[in-house]
Amino acid sequence: MKISLVGNPNSGKTSIFNRLTGLNQKIGNFPGVTVDKKSGLLKSKDGSHHILDLPGTYSLYPKTQDEQIVHDILSDSSHPDYPDRIIVVADASNLERNLLLFTQVMDLGIPVILALNMSDIAAKKGLVIDYKKLSELLGGVKVVPVNARNGQGMDQLIAETVAEDTSTVKTAFVAGEFEKGHFQISDPHRQKQLVEERYRKINGILKFVIKQEPTKRSMLKRQRMADKIITHPILGFVLFIAVLMVIFQAIYAWAEWPMDLIDTLFLSLSQWVINHMPEGVLTSLIAEGIIPGLGGVLIFIPQITLLFAFIFILEESGYMARVVFIMDKMMRPFGLNGRSVVPLISGVACAIPAIMATRTIENWKERLITIMVTPLMSCSARLPVYTLLIALVIPDQAIGPFKLQGLALLAMYLIGLLGALLAAFVFKWIIKAKQKSFLVMELPYYRMPRWNNLAITLWEKVRLFVFDAGKVIFSISIILWVLASYGPGDRIQQAVEKIPEPVHQEDVTAYEKKVASVSLSNSYIGILGHAMEPAIRPLGYNWQIGIALITSFAAREVFVGSMATIYSVGETFEADETLIQRMRKEQNPVTGLPVYNLASGISLMVFYAFAMQCMSTLAVVLRETKKWKWPLLQLVYMTAMAYLAALITYQILK
Amino acid sequence: MTLDSLKLNQQVTILSVTENGLTSKLTDMGLYPGKTISVIFKAPFGDPIAVDIDGYTLSLRKEEASLVEVQIG
Ligand SMILES: Nc1nc2c(ncn2[C@@H]2O[C@H](COP(=O)(O)OP(=O)(O)OP(=O)(O)O)[C@@H](O)[C@H]2O)c(=O)[nH]1
Ligand SMILES: [Mg+2]
Repeated sequence: MKISLVGNPNSGKTSIFNRLTGLNQKIGNFPGVTVDKKSGLLKSKDGSHHILDLPGTYSLYPKTQDEQIVHDILSDSSHPDYPDRIIVVADASNLERNLLLFTQVMDLGIPVILALNMSDIAAKKGLVIDYKKLSELLGGVKVVPVNARNGQGMDQLIAETVAEDTSTVKTAFVAGEFEKGHFQISDPHRQKQLVEERYRKINGILKFVIKQEPTKRSMLKRQRMADKIITHPILGFVLFIAVLMVIFQAIYAWAEWPMDLIDTLFLSLSQWVINHMPEGVLTSLIAEGIIPGLGGVLIFIPQITLLFAFIFILEESGYMARVVFIMDKMMRPFGLNGRSVVPLISGVACAIPAIMATRTIENWKERLITIMVTPLMSCSARLPVYTLLIALVIPDQAIGPFKLQGLALLAMYLIGLLGALLAAFVFKWIIKAKQKSFLVMELPYYRMPRWNNLAITLWEKVRLFVFDAGKVIFSISIILWVLASYGPGDRIQQAVEKIPEPVHQEDVTAYEKKVASVSLSNSYIGILGHAMEPAIRPLGYNWQIGIALITSFAAREVFVGSMATIYSVGETFEADETLIQRMRKEQNPVTGLPVYNLASGISLMVFYAFAMQCMSTLAVVLRETKKWKWPLLQLVYMTAMAYLAALITYQILK
Repeated sequence: MTLDSLKLNQQVTILSVTENGLTSKLTDMGLYPGKTISVIFKAPFGDPIAVDIDGYTLSLRKEEASLVEVQIG
């Protein structure tokens, strides 16, 4: 049997879905968290059933991309996802609006169960709901009160859902509007009239169903108080900036010691392998390719965990919706919408879910601009690059209470944001649209985040990051190591033979160093790097950086792993030198100056800030815009922007 | 009088919601004739505004609010 979950945004559909299927789909106290259909299995005594979680919608007449998905399934009885049964999830603390959708769904002629979720909130508001009466007045529909947070009522919901005798309601709530798999009314004016008619009837019913018990009203009062402060013209902004500052500080400072720990761990692991395994190709592949490559990914777990934790808390608390509210006016001049703030903020973690989140933006032009500029926000994959380069070229000093390195990181995030706003401003003039821009959004109640949900979410995110990024980095590290260890024909050998043999004992180390670097230079990867050197020399980069640029074309987080591999192959493996120490020693063979200096380091960071080095993002953009034109344009404009900005940076600073 | 011109916490009843061609979004969200509502807070610069509808908070821009015709009481 196919069962669909339908309901208003933020009514708790995904929470119920997770309870029914045991899965961990993303939930959040924000209207429009789920923007795509997701399926799972419900196992009950009499077999298993397909459960489909859908995006939230306020009515069966869609206004946005995500609502369209619900409409497409329910208006077409030959759709593969057309359900045999529907659970309508309604927020019991806001019944009138939630019942609008329910009465529409009920008229579709599909057996339907009404799950009244958030029964705890309704009780807090002093609402006493007569479920029997409600069921009766709705023509005998099954009504089940539930609480998806603690699981109350779920057993009954399952029992009612899979029960044999679920019959459809005999009389339509409003006749003539819907028929099984067919929506009769296409005139928007008539649609609106019918919505108003439904509301009047619902209002009439609820008079008999809901009793308002006298409460201290303290819950609503506290909610309103919080809003007064959080949306205050001055305090609101101060608070928002403070929140962002705390996040950056945390990512930079709190993550430091676990990162150092992981770093040392991998270094000693490499050492251990070298000391305990027989010398040979396999040993050096493991010690110089795989372990540094993996270490390059795993080291960022602390930062990424923190970042996702903060975004989860912003969403679950209800604060994110307020950010949309207070930022809307400021986003408009850039051709964006208050709702664009959510993709932009979550773009700091990863552009892929962020671009999916643009589905809740009603206006196509605003949505497209948001999609086009979101990848400019500094995502977590850039963090490794920034962290490494900052440690390399920014002095470890402080001005007053602020550490220079921390400020540099903050500056990188700001550069990303400014780049995004600037690009948005340009796109505003390029992209044409007639559609009107608007913002109509529910502000959900503030809520205490559930800490076990946080733990589950973080575990999922980190697992995905480690496996997805890990796979890519692991294989690229191996390929890179092979390409760096071998060259065409006997080219490496010939080059090495040209180096004069050491005469004195003290020249041996210098000789070994030379051999190693000449070998790398003449390997496949060395040849490739040298070939692209002319194009990147004006930016202050050498051919090793060129290699890292090539390998991180598909995924920017590969940068650090590539550097680690290149520098462990290129140099004789010094006892306990970290990657940073090795990179710091790297000199320009002509000038004798360090390769990684302030100018080239910052230029490289600026390049990574703007460059579109993420295949997965391009794929998502293609999927969301359905035209090749947009991801291609994005690739071109971002690469051009990166090159130019890096060029200017280097030429000014050098 | 329209919804965008109200003072904070003034109780009003909706008379009608003008359609602006594209959408009946406002009606879907619970703004229909006869409903009693009030403006409870505003964003910095006074736009968008937040409206209380039976204890639930709806935010909308002034431009959209100007489509909602209301009367006091
Ligand atoms: N207090 C309370 N909170 C709940 C209950 N059910 C869900 N929530 C919370 O409500 C919020 C929304 O839950 P979701 O499951 O994401 O809602 P949804 O309907 O899937 O939302 P969209 O995907 O945005 O349409 C989350 O913060 C949940 O923790 C409940 O019964 N009581
Ligand atoms: Mg959901």
